[in-house]
Amino acid sequence: MAKSWKMPTWFYRLGSPRWSFEIMGKLLPWFAIGAVVLMVWGAIWGLAFAPADYQQGNSFRIIYIHVPAAILAQSCYLLMAVAGAISLIWKMKVADMVAKSCAPIGATLALLALATGAIWGKPTWGTWWVWDARLTSMLILLFLYIGVYTLHSAIENEITAGKAGAVLSLVGVVNIPIIKYSVEWWNTLHQTSTFTMTERPAMPPEMYLPLLLMVIGFYCFFAVVLMLRTRAEILEREKRSGWVRELVEAS
Amino acid sequence: MFFDSFSDFLAMGGHGFYVWLAYAIAVAIIIYNVVSPLLRKKQFIEQHKRRLKREQRLAERQAAVESGEQS
Repeated sequence: MAKSWKMPTWFYRLGSPRWSFEIMGKLLPWFAIGAVVLMVWGAIWGLAFAPADYQQGNSFRIIYIHVPAAILAQSCYLLMAVAGAISLIWKMKVADMVAKSCAPIGATLALLALATGAIWGKPTWGTWWVWDARLTSMLILLFLYIGVYTLHSAIENEITAGKAGAVLSLVGVVNIPIIKYSVEWWNTLHQTSTFTMTERPAMPPEMYLPLLLMVIGFYCFFAVVLMLRTRAEILEREKRSGWVRELVEAS
Repeated sequence: MFFDSFSDFLAMGGHGFYVWLAYAIAVAIIIYNVVSPLLRKKQFIEQHKRRLKREQRLAERQAAVESGEQS
């Protein structure tokens, strides 16, 4: 007889909205401190102390926002798809709430990456926008986020909305490797990745260290705003439960 | 410090407009993402508090009417 396979206990505990609400409340301040310290430190270092690029001059300082925003927009998408899959398979309410909360945050991050890219493109390439593979696939990412967000907010029934959003996010995952490899597969104006796992960055440390701080800082910031949104979502969906009533009456 | 003066820092070697516009958009997006869920939570708590109070008042009135009918 086949032995039934079980997920670890913490996984099931995550399924409890109340437990998730409380644990997120405890984690929030730490990530908030990390985000503020790393982003302020990274931005000051990158804006005032890092040397200018020998070709692009000071416009290259946009990298300290552009690259973290683009990385986070993609990480957020993967998280949204994974959370969507978990909510489809295990019918976990909290996973659905996380997936729903990812959509608006990811949309603003994709928008930030596109906007800073356009602003950087003007002095560097001489144009705000080109229809090349990297920029177009990033624009598709923004539309995917808007689509998932719209499905979640337009469908009245939460369960149907969650399923529709999860299916669209999973289908859209195909766009992520396209974004990543677009600069290698097609001729594009866009430069290749600044960071890779295997090689040392081509930049000197005084240029890439502030970028590393900003990337980690953006991850902390993302954790903060995702937890804030998910907590608000948990309260609204669990408003009929006793613990939310107690929390509201006590406030 | 890479720049010689504060005005040099603001000018960004002629790219000041692009650099500061990019950073301003970033700040706006960061603030939006932090403030909007906080406002939503605050609004929910206020609304829900009113709703709970109204339900309580209704229940009390109901109880009063029922005890009136009995006597």
